[in-house]
Amino acid sequence: MDETRNVSLTVNGKRYEATAPVRETLADFIRHRLGLTGTHLGCEHGVCGACTILLDGRSARSCLMLAVQADGHEILTVEGIAPSADKLHPLQEAFRDNHGLQCGFCTPGILTTLIELLRDNPDPTEQDIRIGISGNLCRCTGYQNIVIAALDAAKRLREAQKESA
Amino acid sequence: MKPPPFSYHDPRTAADVVGLLGSLDNAKLLAGGQSLMPMLNMRFVLPDHVIDLNRVDGLSYIRENNSALEIGAIEIGAMTRQRDIEFSDLVRERCPLMHEAINQVGHRQTRNRGTLGGSLCHLDPSAELVTVAAVLDAKVSVAGKDGTRSIDFAEFPAGYMTPAIELNELVTGASFPCWPAGHGYAFVEFARRHGDFAIVSVAVLIEEDSNGKVTRASITLGGMGPAPVRASEVERALIGEVPEEKRLREICEVLRKLDAIEDIHAPTSYRQQLATVLPRRALLKAHERMMKSRH
Repeated sequence: MDETRNVSLTVNGKRYEATAPVRETLADFIRHRLGLTGTHLGCEHGVCGACTILLDGRSARSCLMLAVQADGHEILTVEGIAPSADKLHPLQEAFRDNHGLQCGFCTPGILTTLIELLRDNPDPTEQDIRIGISGNLCRCTGYQNIVIAALDAAKRLREAQKESA
Repeated sequence: MKPPPFSYHDPRTAADVVGLLGSLDNAKLLAGGQSLMPMLNMRFVLPDHVIDLNRVDGLSYIRENNSALEIGAIEIGAMTRQRDIEFSDLVRERCPLMHEAINQVGHRQTRNRGTLGGSLCHLDPSAELVTVAAVLDAKVSVAGKDGTRSIDFAEFPAGYMTPAIELNELVTGASFPCWPAGHGYAFVEFARRHGDFAIVSVAVLIEEDSNGKVTRASITLGGMGPAPVRASEVERALIGEVPEEKRLREICEVLRKLDAIEDIHAPTSYRQQLATVLPRRALLKAHERMMKSRH
């Protein structure tokens, strides 16, 4: 019998409680127990970056954490990026407008990674973006449009910041 | 893919961890999880118990200890995240080599979780922090049932990916002696992609007199064998020399004779070639920085 524990955590601002086997990864927990399948699993050993989530505001690979380790913590997944069900985040808009995704498999991990990057560095260089997403593999785009979209998103977010100031 | 079944423990104190290590068979310590979790997912390791260190108090800190040595030392807790080392002003100021090295450790997502202690104990021959600990002559603090002890980093690797600690001991932190302000430093590695483990890496620290002649040097190569290799012969040969391209080329040639492993990433001769090239580049960079800090 698998040892289990109760896990209570906040995901995208919502409280969840569930029982999980202690060996279950956070990624499987998010997908299977919470039903949030936007977090994708590519390699399941910390190479592809598709499962990137923010744990207490810091990006992490959810396949390299156990669900029990997230007990009491706050998580942001790709589902929590958009401000509402009918409105995209400027980062998502920039990806749509610049053709920053093709098959979309890597996109959740890239978006969560960039949420952190653009929060910490609102005016990144192309090099900053390339290093920032170096832990996310994309097999479709060749990264060009992802980088263009990320730079465009940075610009949109700076302008939105200016307007609200 | 999913980790094999195990019992999970999340103790709150270092003493509790030592107690658990002493009472449980086939236990693994889980620090940042950036190496152990992939190994569990792929079932390369099959522990009966996983002891999670993430809720243990008091293992995450970066502080200066000026009473430790004449020049001072930076003490870093075992569970300090690599990210916190990366963004530490104290590390950047007192130990710029470590700052330069840590930027080459994995990616933001892995540095956010990965820890100093995890990296030192996993002891991957190519790990940047392992090479840094060797070049700085770090001392590793270890807690066991009879109290704490300190291990010179030169004695820390007992074999391939095996630290010289007992099964019931816990690494609690490490102390890194500082070099004087304005010293020359460089961490240079060759890897196929940014964030990869290095095929070969080199860490260099130098001091020079007012004529630009080397008075002290510390050079360590990573990725060559099971443990970091100190380039002692080159360290000695550099004393009294002004680091410049042609002379460094001659001095570093001796490194081609170092033993080197062969694996899917590179044959022995390739690593030996890198062992002659990278220290030269690093020494030139360190020398330039030294010159710059004087103007």
